[in-house]
Amino acid sequence: MNATVAAVSPTGLKWRTLAWIVVVAVLLIVAPVVIDPFQTLTLTYGLIAAIGALGFNLLLGYTGLLSFGHSAFFGGGAYTVAFMVKYLKIASMELFLAGSALASAILSVLFGFVCVRYTRIFFGILTLALSQVLWSLAFKFFWVTGGTDGLRVPTPTLLGMSATDDKMAFLAHQYYYYVLGVFGICVFLMWVIVHSPFGKALQAIRDNETRAEFVGIRIRRYRLIAFVISGVFTGVAGALWAPLNGLASPDILVWTFSGEIVFMTVLGGFRTFVGPIVGAIAFTYLKTYAVGFTVYWQLLLGSVLVVLVLMLPTGIMGAVERLTSKIKKSR
Amino acid sequence: MEVIAIHVLNALLYSSVLFLIAGGLSLIYGVMRILNLAHGNLYAVGAFVSAWAVGLAVSGNAPPGVLFLLLPVGAIAAAIVGAIIERTLLRPFYKRPEEYQLLMTFGLLMILEDLIRLIWGPSPLTVTAVYASVGSIPIGDGRYPGYNVIIIAVGIIAAIFLWGFIYRTRFGVLLRATSQDKRMASALGVNVNRVYLQAFTLGCFMAGLGGAIVVPSQSAVLGMGVDALVLAFIVIVIGGLGSLEGALAGALIVGIVREAGITFFPEIELAVLYLIAAFVLLVRPAGLFGRA
Repeated sequence: MNATVAAVSPTGLKWRTLAWIVVVAVLLIVAPVVIDPFQTLTLTYGLIAAIGALGFNLLLGYTGLLSFGHSAFFGGGAYTVAFMVKYLKIASMELFLAGSALASAILSVLFGFVCVRYTRIFFGILTLALSQVLWSLAFKFFWVTGGTDGLRVPTPTLLGMSATDDKMAFLAHQYYYYVLGVFGICVFLMWVIVHSPFGKALQAIRDNETRAEFVGIRIRRYRLIAFVISGVFTGVAGALWAPLNGLASPDILVWTFSGEIVFMTVLGGFRTFVGPIVGAIAFTYLKTYAVGFTVYWQLLLGSVLVVLVLMLPTGIMGAVERLTSKIKKSR
Repeated sequence: MEVIAIHVLNALLYSSVLFLIAGGLSLIYGVMRILNLAHGNLYAVGAFVSAWAVGLAVSGNAPPGVLFLLLPVGAIAAAIVGAIIERTLLRPFYKRPEEYQLLMTFGLLMILEDLIRLIWGPSPLTVTAVYASVGSIPIGDGRYPGYNVIIIAVGIIAAIFLWGFIYRTRFGVLLRATSQDKRMASALGVNVNRVYLQAFTLGCFMAGLGGAIVVPSQSAVLGMGVDALVLAFIVIVIGGLGSLEGALAGALIVGIVREAGITFFPEIELAVLYLIAAFVLLVRPAGLFGRA
C-alpha cells in the first residue's frame, strides 16, 4: 500500500476516478447535440468497437492469451442479426442482442473448448484457423449468406419504438443513445468481472501459470470461461454494428479484421482497463479519416502500428500514465 | 487415366508453390521463433517484381529465353526487402514478448500491401508471354500446360537444394544449432544476429521465388499475399511449426486436399482445410513433424 492513501468513495472507487467517469459520461451524453451527425456516427462505431475490444482484452490483458480470431465472434454477432432479419423477420434490437449473445456464446464455447488447451503462438494460430472456417463458409455458401455481397440489415426497433423516416437522424440520435446505454452496461459488467475473484484468478494465471495451478485454480476451466465472456462481448459488439453498417459482409469475418481488434487494443494499451476503450475510439477515428484522406490508408495505419510497437508499447494509456507521473514528480 | 494424371499434376502444382511459401515461413519460425504475418506479402512482392521485369523485357522485344532468366528477379527483390526488414524493424523485438513481434509483422503486412498498390497500381499484372512460350505437353488424349510442369520441377529442385543446404553445409549446421538452442549457439561463438539475418533473407527468398514462378500462370493481384499466407499457415500447422520436412508434407496434403476439394466439394474446400489444421493441432499440437 502507498503511504498516501487516496480518498475512496462509498462505491469503492477513488473520488478522482469517479469524477473522471462523470465527466466522460456527460461528454458522451451531450455529444450528439454538439457535434454533427457524421461525427456522431463515427463515435457510435467507436463505442461499438470499444465493446469488442473490451471483450478481447479480457483475454489479452487479463488472461495473457493473444487471439487472432475475434473476427469470428464480431462477424458471428453481425451475421446472427442478419439471419434473424432474413429468416425470422425479427426487427427488435433487444432480440438481436439476445440472439447474438447466445450465438456467440455457443460459438465461443465450441472454439474455446479447442483453443484454450494451448497458449502463446499456438493459441493465436488456432483461433485464426477456426475463425477462417467461418469466413470461408460465409464466403462460399452464398445462397445462405449472400457471399461477398453480404446480407442487408435494416434499422431495427429500439425498445419497441420503430425507426423514424430520416434514417441518418435516427442512427445519429436514438441509435447512438441505445449504443451508449449498452456500452455503459458492458463497461460496468467488465469492470465487475475483472475486479471479482474470478478476474484476479485470471490475472494470476497470466502472471504465473504454475503458481496459479498450485494455489488451486483450474486453469483450463478459467481460461474457457474467460474465452466465452470475451466472445460474448465481441459478439454483442457485432450485433450493434450490423444495423449501423446496414450490411453484414465477410470483411468482418476475415482474419485481418481480428488484427484490427488487436491493433486497437494495443493502441490504447492492453495493461489498463480503459486502454481498449480509448484505443478503439482512437482507432475508429484514425481509420475513418485515413480512409477518407487517402486510398493508401493501410500504409498509414500500418506505419502507425509499426511506430507504436517500436516507441509506445504500452499504448496511449501507458504514455498518459508515464506523463502524469513525470509531472507529479517534477512538482 | 488421363484425368487422374492431370489431377495429380495439379495437386503437385499447388504443393510446389505452397512449399516454397510455407517452407520459408517455417524456416523463419524454426530459427527465429517469429511468425511472420507479412510473409505472404513477400510472395506478392516476388510476383509483382517478376511480372514487372518480364513486362519491361516483353515491351523491349526480348527473346523468350531472356524472359525466363528475368523471373528470378522477383525472388532476389523479396530477399532484399526481407533483409532490410529484419535488420531495421525485427531486430529490436527478439527480446520482447511475441505479441509485439506479431503486431510488428501485422503492421508490415499492411504497409507492404499498400506499397505494392502504390508502385504497381490496383490492376493485376500478367505475363502470359512466358506461359505461352512453353506450350503444352500431351498426356494420353489430353494436353497439359508445360509451364505448370516447370513450376513443379522448381518446387522439387528447391526442396532438394534446401535440404542439402541445411543438412550438408556449414551454414546449415549453424542454422540448426541456433534453432535448437540460441543461447548455447551464441556462447559457442555463433554470430546469432547474422544467422537470423541469413535465415530471414533465405525464407523471404523462397517466398519471392514462389511468387516469381507462379506469376506467368496466374497474374499478380492485390491481396494474393494475404490469401497465400493463410494457406501457408495451414501447411505449417499440419506439418509442424519450424520443420521443413513438415512443410513439405503439409504442402503435399494441402495440395491434394485442395485439388480433391475443387473437384468434389468446392463449397467447403477451404473450411475442410482449416478443420484439418485444427484437428492436427488437437491430436498432435506440434504438427506431424514438429518438436514440442
